[in-house]
Amino acid sequence: MKKQDVPQDPGIIEDYGYELCYAVDNKGAYDLVPSIGWEPKNIANDQAWEVIDKDVAQALEGVRNGTLSPVAYYMAKHQMDLGLLSQYTGFYQWQVKRHLKPKVFEKLKEKALMTYASLFEVSITALKSIPESTGPTTR
Amino acid sequence: MKLDFVHKQSAHCECGVTSNLINHEFKKSGQTISEALTFGMGSGIFFGYLPFIRINKLPLTTFRCPVGKIFKQVTSGLGISVKWEKFRSMDKAMAALDRELEMGHAVGCRTGGYWLPYFPPSLRFHFNMHNLVVVGKEGDNYLISDPVFPDMVECPAKDLAIARFAKGALAPKGSMYRITKAPETLALEPAIRYGIKSAANAMVKNPVPFLGTRGIGFLANRLERWPRKFDTHTTHLLLGQHIRMQEEIGTGGGGFRFMYSAFLQEAAAILGEQRLVSVSTQLTESGDTWRRFAVKAARNCKGRATENDSFEAMGDTLRTCSRIETEAFKELLDIVS
Repeated sequence: MKKQDVPQDPGIIEDYGYELCYAVDNKGAYDLVPSIGWEPKNIANDQAWEVIDKDVAQALEGVRNGTLSPVAYYMAKHQMDLGLLSQYTGFYQWQVKRHLKPKVFEKLKEKALMTYASLFEVSITALKSIPESTGPTTR
Repeated sequence: MKLDFVHKQSAHCECGVTSNLINHEFKKSGQTISEALTFGMGSGIFFGYLPFIRINKLPLTTFRCPVGKIFKQVTSGLGISVKWEKFRSMDKAMAALDRELEMGHAVGCRTGGYWLPYFPPSLRFHFNMHNLVVVGKEGDNYLISDPVFPDMVECPAKDLAIARFAKGALAPKGSMYRITKAPETLALEPAIRYGIKSAANAMVKNPVPFLGTRGIGFLANRLERWPRKFDTHTTHLLLGQHIRMQEEIGTGGGGFRFMYSAFLQEAAAILGEQRLVSVSTQLTESGDTWRRFAVKAARNCKGRATENDSFEAMGDTLRTCSRIETEAFKELLDIVS
């Protein structure tokens, strides 16, 4: 890649600075060149987020129509699956799976709720209420 | 409390951490090593297509060696002693970190990316291969030299704690490391030769068909089958995942190929071996080809593919990479052995 070809397409990094690319000058010698992004990367990144957003929307719908507990929504929002959530909370996978059922969730003890609330960084009241909207809140 | 640590931004986190830590240790003697040099000495370059390892339910393609190898190989190659620690308990891990800082040591930590609040939101995924250096603490905030960011950053203690104990594949388990003893001067030549040799062996003498330069051809063949095997949505996800592995922050562009070329130029000067410069040009060409592949793949993802972006064309592009890299690494083996 030539120095003058280092792409500067705004996107992923936003105003968080820039990343460094390796590129050659006219004599072929390498140097580090700042770049604020590249379109193919933005496309791939957007695609990854679309998948996450879809999962979140699906979970939210489940919570709204009463087939899933709010844990399912937060699990999707934090890009987790049963395995990962079970590792973070210390619950067994079958326990987490049960907690996704609204009826089981309603009867959860304070301690278990606290575990989820502190991991997801919300209050217990917020955890128990139906989340407002999805939107690209994860980003 | 803040150490007098020189933060230098780099393209790749582990190489940046390694070179920054070593340069910190050798501050008095004035000797420095660059990121590209650590990448080469640590045999960072690699290729592997591992469809049986899933990241976000999609296959893993890797352009670099396993996490931690670069730091280990560079420090041992230069005769630098390192203290490694892993922890079960978060409290103990944070206390140990504070103790090291009190003693005036810069401490490298492995973390997950998801929990670090200073990351751009678009990059906050669950991946556990991130490295950073903790260089101070003020109140409840840690001062961090995270090599992929232009400036030093601050991170609240609770976020750093959970990032150090991120879960999932390759969980860091609170890993931290620091340099304990270093020789008087850095003897670069043997480490460079060893680094080139071991990387070239892994690339062209690898018996496993999906690793090394043969692995690139393997991926090309698999990729051509995707449209017949999966629906359009899935093939796009597979391509997108590949682009991210190849280009997302940390590679310096072109799946580390440009960084390795930069290393070869430096190595040529240090070893006085001009042939390395021409191999560097070859690998630059390969990096450019990888980038062209990414452009084609992205056009497919966006549904803007032209006839030049067909899966056969993409397969051919990959085979070009495979051919260039096979020649380049064979020549490197010739040069160093």
